[in-house]
Amino acid sequence: MDFTIKNLWVFKIGGVEVWITETIVNTWIIMLVLTIFALVVRMNLRKFRPVPSGFQNVVEAIIEAFDGFVQSSAGEKLMFLGNWYFMAFFFILTSNLSGLVGLRPPTSDWTVTFAFALVTFVLIQVVGVKFRKGAYVKSFFEPHPVFFPLNLIGELARPISLSFRLFGNILGGMILISLIYTLAPIYVRFAIPVALHAFFDVIAGVLQTYIFCVLSLSFIGAMAATDS
Amino acid sequence: MQDPLAFIIATAQIAAAIALLNGLLTTIGQGNIAAKAIESLARQPEARGPITNTMFIGLAMAETSGIYGLLLAIILLFANPLISFYLQQVAK
Repeated sequence: MDFTIKNLWVFKIGGVEVWITETIVNTWIIMLVLTIFALVVRMNLRKFRPVPSGFQNVVEAIIEAFDGFVQSSAGEKLMFLGNWYFMAFFFILTSNLSGLVGLRPPTSDWTVTFAFALVTFVLIQVVGVKFRKGAYVKSFFEPHPVFFPLNLIGELARPISLSFRLFGNILGGMILISLIYTLAPIYVRFAIPVALHAFFDVIAGVLQTYIFCVLSLSFIGAMAATDS
Repeated sequence: MQDPLAFIIATAQIAAAIALLNGLLTTIGQGNIAAKAIESLARQPEARGPITNTMFIGLAMAETSGIYGLLLAIILLFANPLISFYLQQVAK
């Protein structure tokens, strides 16, 4: 039993070692799947009619549902965030579900989730400065300048907790499932893992994706809300 | 203490078990959140959407400490820094 990320091959570019790990390869596979899906949609775009039916109906329903989701959690002013979070939502969802086909989910590597959380962190700061300007900087020194270190730590803890939540859930599920696969005798491997996959990969995966997006969007939305 | 390595591993396992115990309190907190959400749903069934949304955000917030405990346990069990430190000391 080894849950560490396997290093598949190493090559050197100008004296710098580049490690191609399992996470990177699995990310490429997921990117390939999503790109092919996007190309299929793009090719069918010409056949789309004003009155939707079939495949077009499904795609339009997904986009509309996501637009409504962004609007309800971030607000009307921040609709431009929809593009990024639509991509993030489907990438994280596909990663979480990739445990079903035997891949190691890329989201069970902290670097992947931290990259997404870092983007959210930067967006929080940018939106805060853009929409509230001086009031945003002042909010660090409230209710008294003595509280500045506490406010700063609270702000820096956001990407950490956001990324650890997703990472811990997916990693915990993956470890539990692989423990069952290793320990259980052959005839048990068909029944119990199905229930575990259904819970840890499908339910927890979809829920954590949703929670990641809704938390990011509401953090950013709270920054844009001008109370005065 | 005949074998220090065995002692390190054993204490790490016990520490991991203690770290996982915080799941008890996390679960109680999450149960409270779900119970309150159901109460307010029964009072105002028409506000189902916002209540469910807020409930999920609250559940995720309450889950954080549980996840930290889980990560601590995983680090202690599978990526224990003390073991490599001890092996380095022995090799010297």
